[in-house]
Amino acid sequence: MTNTLHRYGSAESFYDDYVIFAIPSRGKNDKGSVPKLRQFLEMALPFKPVNMGDALNGGALRPSRTMSPTSHWNRDMTPNFQGVIDGLTAPTTVAAVFDDRVAAEDFVKAVKAADLGLCINISTSIDGAEQCCHTACQPRHSVGYSLGFEGHTEKLPNTQVLTLSTMCGHGMISSNLAKKMIDWVKEGRRTPEQAATYMARFCSCGVYNPARAKRILEDSRHKTE
Amino acid sequence: MYINPNKCVACGNCTYVCPMGAIYIDPVIKRATVDRNECVECYACFNGLSQEHLNPTLVRTMRKVFQAMRLRFDPEPDVCPTAAFEPDKLEWPRVVRRAFSDPRVPHESTGVSGRGTEEVKTNDVSGRVKVGEVGFTIEFGRPGVGVWFSDIQKMAWAMAKAGVSFEKKNPVTSLMSDVSTGTLQQDIMGEKVMSAILEIKTTVDRTEEIILLVREVEKQLDTVVSIGVGTRCDESGDENVVAPILERLGYKLERAKTNIGLGRVTNTADDSKKQEPVPAMS
Repeated sequence: MTNTLHRYGSAESFYDDYVIFAIPSRGKNDKGSVPKLRQFLEMALPFKPVNMGDALNGGALRPSRTMSPTSHWNRDMTPNFQGVIDGLTAPTTVAAVFDDRVAAEDFVKAVKAADLGLCINISTSIDGAEQCCHTACQPRHSVGYSLGFEGHTEKLPNTQVLTLSTMCGHGMISSNLAKKMIDWVKEGRRTPEQAATYMARFCSCGVYNPARAKRILEDSRHKTE
Repeated sequence: MYINPNKCVACGNCTYVCPMGAIYIDPVIKRATVDRNECVECYACFNGLSQEHLNPTLVRTMRKVFQAMRLRFDPEPDVCPTAAFEPDKLEWPRVVRRAFSDPRVPHESTGVSGRGTEEVKTNDVSGRVKVGEVGFTIEFGRPGVGVWFSDIQKMAWAMAKAGVSFEKKNPVTSLMSDVSTGTLQQDIMGEKVMSAILEIKTTVDRTEEIILLVREVEKQLDTVVSIGVGTRCDESGDENVVAPILERLGYKLERAKTNIGLGRVTNTADDSKKQEPVPAMS
């Protein structure tokens, strides 16, 4: 689907949002793709992704099915990248998310050199993706433009909430939760990092960008729309 | 989705995490309750909330004590303290809600999880959108509004009337009783989903016509629409054909998904006979 395409924001605002994903095409290059998908994720680690995940099992920050009451005071907010890699057992789409342009560009170069044969896509601003391709000396093959939201847009929440909630295009991060997290940060009840992590656990495929969320939450502390 | 009233302690956490706002604390029974008409069976509550397994009686007593003392009860916001969510067994046609709302449920029709297909993400090996062609993804209900199939029907009819071709391996297309007219199965008209995508393909010269048609029809729909436009780049990686049309129509192109062309067909003829589903995310 178009899960990362319709993130809300201006092109400039995606300076810390680069989603690079690998997808095997059914019947074309899916056979034996699991080791290559794992290699793709492992190759991302040195470039310090802020999240990664797969469409079957989720991202590097996941909910717990057996949470202990004591963990309210010491919840682990560290993304478990190795867990994502080890948990990959079937052909699926995998993604690595970066908050730094140079890291994203270097990762694309590395992926090109590895010649995995998987379909590789970059979801970010149009210029950002072009720059990644330029750095890797790789001409773009196809492009899918987002035209934004139309129709009854009065049903949509304010732009800060929209910026947070659309980071999960599957719609798993509700606008009510995003609004609540903005309010909690503003009240000083939680830090932006904590609030961003709560929302990340609802993302079912790991493309949510907790670093960008943290920045937006920090900004909204000073001015709520 | 069902919330077990014997377990629920009415902490209210789930009322915020429901993308459709379909969960509320029933003032009569004082338990969280799901509005089944608005629930799209996305499982965000069941899958996204961490679960504790505390004793409900104990938690309710503590909450009453805190409330009486006017103390703020400040639990983690992404936790169901008593694991009160219990998925329903879904029958047709309600099962369609989950198929279009829970991204981890694969569509049997497409073999992919989620609401769409591979689009231009695999265009370097599939050749789905060729030079001179444009692929549209017309998505309804996103973000966070939801859509009824009766609304999708209006757009599907309009597109069919315009003579465009629907993508065969698309979940909405698979629910059409007559693809030539874009008619969806009647028994799903009363079902609401998180979002759904009509995928069509046409020639570049019809880009403006299709977008203007979408704009016209979307006025009749009680939801939001997000359009994606996919096309091929030239040999040097430039795309100077479709973008100017979109800009002329008033769109400021901010974001895109870019297939960088590193894919290769690696399956053998034997592999193609034994296809496995490929869940998609992006």
